[in-house]
Amino acid sequence: MKTKITVALTGLNNTDNPGPGVPVIRGIRESEIFDPRIIGLAYENLEPAIYMHRVVDKTYQVPYPSEGSGVLVNRILEIHKKDPIDVLVPNYDAELYAFMRSSEILEQAGIKTFIPTLEQFEERHKANLPEFGKKYDLLVPFSKSITGTDEIKKLADEFDYPLMVKGKFYDAYLAYNEEQVRMHYNKITAKWGLPVIIQEFIKGTEVNVVALGDGKGNTIGAVPMRKQYITDKGKAWSGITLDDPNMLELTRRILEKTKWRGGMELELVKSHKNELYIIEINPRIPAWVYLAVGAGQNLPEAMVKLALGMEVKPYETYEVGKMFIRYSYDLITDLKEFEKLSTLGEL
Amino acid sequence: MRIKKNIAISDSGFVFNPTTGDSYSMNRIGRQILDYLREGNTLEEIKPRMTEEYDVDEASFEKYYFDFLSMLRQFELLDEKNED
Repeated sequence: MKTKITVALTGLNNTDNPGPGVPVIRGIRESEIFDPRIIGLAYENLEPAIYMHRVVDKTYQVPYPSEGSGVLVNRILEIHKKDPIDVLVPNYDAELYAFMRSSEILEQAGIKTFIPTLEQFEERHKANLPEFGKKYDLLVPFSKSITGTDEIKKLADEFDYPLMVKGKFYDAYLAYNEEQVRMHYNKITAKWGLPVIIQEFIKGTEVNVVALGDGKGNTIGAVPMRKQYITDKGKAWSGITLDDPNMLELTRRILEKTKWRGGMELELVKSHKNELYIIEINPRIPAWVYLAVGAGQNLPEAMVKLALGMEVKPYETYEVGKMFIRYSYDLITDLKEFEKLSTLGEL
Repeated sequence: MRIKKNIAISDSGFVFNPTTGDSYSMNRIGRQILDYLREGNTLEEIKPRMTEEYDVDEASFEKYYFDFLSMLRQFELLDEKNED
């Protein structure tokens, strides 16, 4: 007999720049112990999963975190009052801050989360990566935060071109000269604000790891992957699980040293000397997590278990050479559904 | 020269390197040499078998063999650490 639980999630934008919502839901739905009811939390009324009724049972619209942490959390509490939530799984970097700050309020209301602490979230931030590398003795590319275009000219003193120009939360562009840095700087600040992070470009192969830490230094699961097909937005459209003990060892070391709590995606570059550079540490489960589920590690389910305070045995193996290939699909829906969500804020 | 232990080679000649995620297709002869290498055979052991089975002289075979090895090296399929 499976346990009935209600899980609320964000990240329903299963677009060409997909959020992790749908793959996380698929993992939870495939649980052997849970019979979940899924509440989708949507920021936009055209997020595809809202209309995927076999994936999401009920959707509520929520305000953007930029409207204030309090506004977002109050909306969650309002939803919780009429439709009780057992576990909340935030799937975006930008909203984590609001939920980390309000984790006690949520906990008191009976909503469980399993997310990093504010300190863990801050120290792995792109802008703080050099200090993070120094503190934990890890290889990271040299980087610097800039807050004004006047700083772009001086970059040549500290960096060799090409270099990476990155947004605080998302977006990364390769720039070959000052003019290109300026162009990307303007694009990024308009979308994500300041600072903009300038990072040394490491030549090599980009590889990734999805991992789950129990908050005590243990790795509950970790699966390394290489992107095989990358979209023009830099997102994986296809990937394959790898057998790379060095990547796993590095992941375990990071989770142990930081006592990481929750999901994590490590973005790494393997240099030609086979050194692993940490390019980014994303504080959440990535959109390709279903590959880990397919390879034998149901990390979304394990995360829900951890949130509920259940004991979780670490995964020790996964299938190497398992692939995922994303596809797009035209979902047909009625205007009535769109109208309902748009006017009532729920569907 | 040995092939890395974790390299997967299927009957059809499909080769998968699980460390890098790269895959390759080999023809029958490439697969045959890969199998010999995997079994730990040296050039001196492989050469007579190949020259007997195929219409190739020893000098030409050696040239092709070393070309093939450099390709395997470039694809990171060789176990350079445990060379014998």
